[in-house]
Amino acid sequence: MIQNGSRMNPLAAIGRSTITFLINIGRVVLFALSTICHCLQPPFYFRLILRQFIEIGYNSLPIVGMTTLCSGMVVALQSYTGFAKFFAEEAVATVVVISMLRELSPILTGLMVAGRVGATMAAEIGAMQVAEQIDALTTLSTNPYKYLIVPRVIASIIILPFLVLIGDITGVFGGFIIGIYKLNFNPASYIFFIVQYLEKIDVITGMIKASIFGFLITIMGCYQGFNARKGARGVGVATTNAVVTASIMILLTNYIITEIFFIN
Amino acid sequence: MTNIIKLRIRNLKKSFGSKVVLDGVNLDIYEGKSLVVIGASGTGKSVLLKCIIGLLKPDSGVVEIDGKNVISLPSYEREACMRKFGVLFQGGALFDSLSVWENVAFGLIADRDINRSTARSIALKKLAQVGLNEDVANLSISDLSGGMQKRVSLARSIANDPKFIFFDEPTTGLDPIMTNIINKLIVKCTRDLGITGLLITHDIGSARKIADRIAMLYHGKIIWEGAVNKIDTSGNKYVNQFINGEAELR
Ligand SMILES: Nc1ncnc2c1ncn2[C@@H]1O[C@H](COP(=O)(O)OP(=O)(O)OP(=O)(O)O)[C@@H](O)[C@H]1O
Ligand SMILES: [Mg+2]
Repeated sequence: MIQNGSRMNPLAAIGRSTITFLINIGRVVLFALSTICHCLQPPFYFRLILRQFIEIGYNSLPIVGMTTLCSGMVVALQSYTGFAKFFAEEAVATVVVISMLRELSPILTGLMVAGRVGATMAAEIGAMQVAEQIDALTTLSTNPYKYLIVPRVIASIIILPFLVLIGDITGVFGGFIIGIYKLNFNPASYIFFIVQYLEKIDVITGMIKASIFGFLITIMGCYQGFNARKGARGVGVATTNAVVTASIMILLTNYIITEIFFIN
Repeated sequence: MTNIIKLRIRNLKKSFGSKVVLDGVNLDIYEGKSLVVIGASGTGKSVLLKCIIGLLKPDSGVVEIDGKNVISLPSYEREACMRKFGVLFQGGALFDSLSVWENVAFGLIADRDINRSTARSIALKKLAQVGLNEDVANLSISDLSGGMQKRVSLARSIANDPKFIFFDEPTTGLDPIMTNIINKLIVKCTRDLGITGLLITHDIGSARKIADRIAMLYHGKIIWEGAVNKIDTSGNKYVNQFINGEAELR
């Protein structure tokens, strides 16, 4: 089949890659569904969930804090130059709060965690797959889904919203620092405007987004790891695919959720 | 001992894409006996083993364990069946995120409701059987030599007192003395404890010591099968080539 690929009609080539693409989507969806089923049935490995809390949540704090702090600062600077100087204080505070809470903090946290944690998962599980350790789990009366995937999924669904919450705080704080020390705003009135434009719904949607992103990141990381091909190259490819697909899915679902929640 | 057939394989076939690996394998293993499968590298010995224990799904054929065809069993029954197996993978397949004793005790903790200290003491006993002492128990897997890793995974595969052992090259990479110790351990398992064994090896010396019967896999089929003392008089040119290690057929 592949040998006569050079003579293949271009339409057939397009058709074939479309079919492969659809098959892969189907596989990922099946993988996600069976993961959800396993999440709902015992046994649960609480020690492993705890370890993933530390791995996914605690260890991501520095990078999430850094990215959101810097973006909060940048947004403050940019919105100051762009807006009428007369209402500057109010405008800058509003823009920073709304953009951080609604979009930047969830998206940046999602992408950062996808890069850090999704890659680790794909590499770790991929290496286990290649070394037959996943087969070995099965022969030692342990379901690999329950042992490897479920703890990661549960931990990231729970912990990502909190990472986003922390991202919200550091992002707004970044804007505050710029507002006070660079743009010479009055701290008291700047805080007043922050509080005035702080909406509960914005915080909550951000956290909901984060949970969904957490699910997507772990599913893609684990799926790619499980299906890694043999050898160092196979694990490398799995890692790249995990990060790229998770990032694309984060951006797409973010758009969909934003449309559902904010455009009525 | 008995003449009960514990494992029966009929017409087992497995291909990867267009590459046919198993092309109608037939085998019987009697309870408490050990069968050694020999064959050149790449003939599909490991694939055969994985098809039997259920890690690979064969394209067609029958694998009967205790008279039940396990290929068509639902997954939970299949898992229950696997609990009676002790499997040694060719590459060891140890969990490198756990320590040596945790690896050995893994199946115990997963399977029975025992606490960690009991599991640890059982693990230490099993490690002693493969010639590893307590100092090794707390090391991590990456700190062990290749031969030590092999022995740890051997200890792990017998930790749960299996009824059936499947060992893929248990003595490859061990020194002659250790090879002998492991051979004796396998013989003890099958002759004294009545465990049924399917073993794969390249080492014809080991095969002579541990096998009750020997089967040779060649081009996807079992081309010769017989009692261990008949191997020198098999009259099969491929078997003769294999046991004498000749580069060309005579
Ligand atoms: N998952 C797989 N996908 C594709 N081909 C495979 C797969 N597993 C094994 N094969 C092929 O099946 C053949 C038999 O492999 P197997 O590992 O069973 O050999 P073996 O007899 O155990 O060899 P060795 O003695 O070197 O371990 C090989 O040619 C290998 O390329
Ligand atoms: Mg092999």
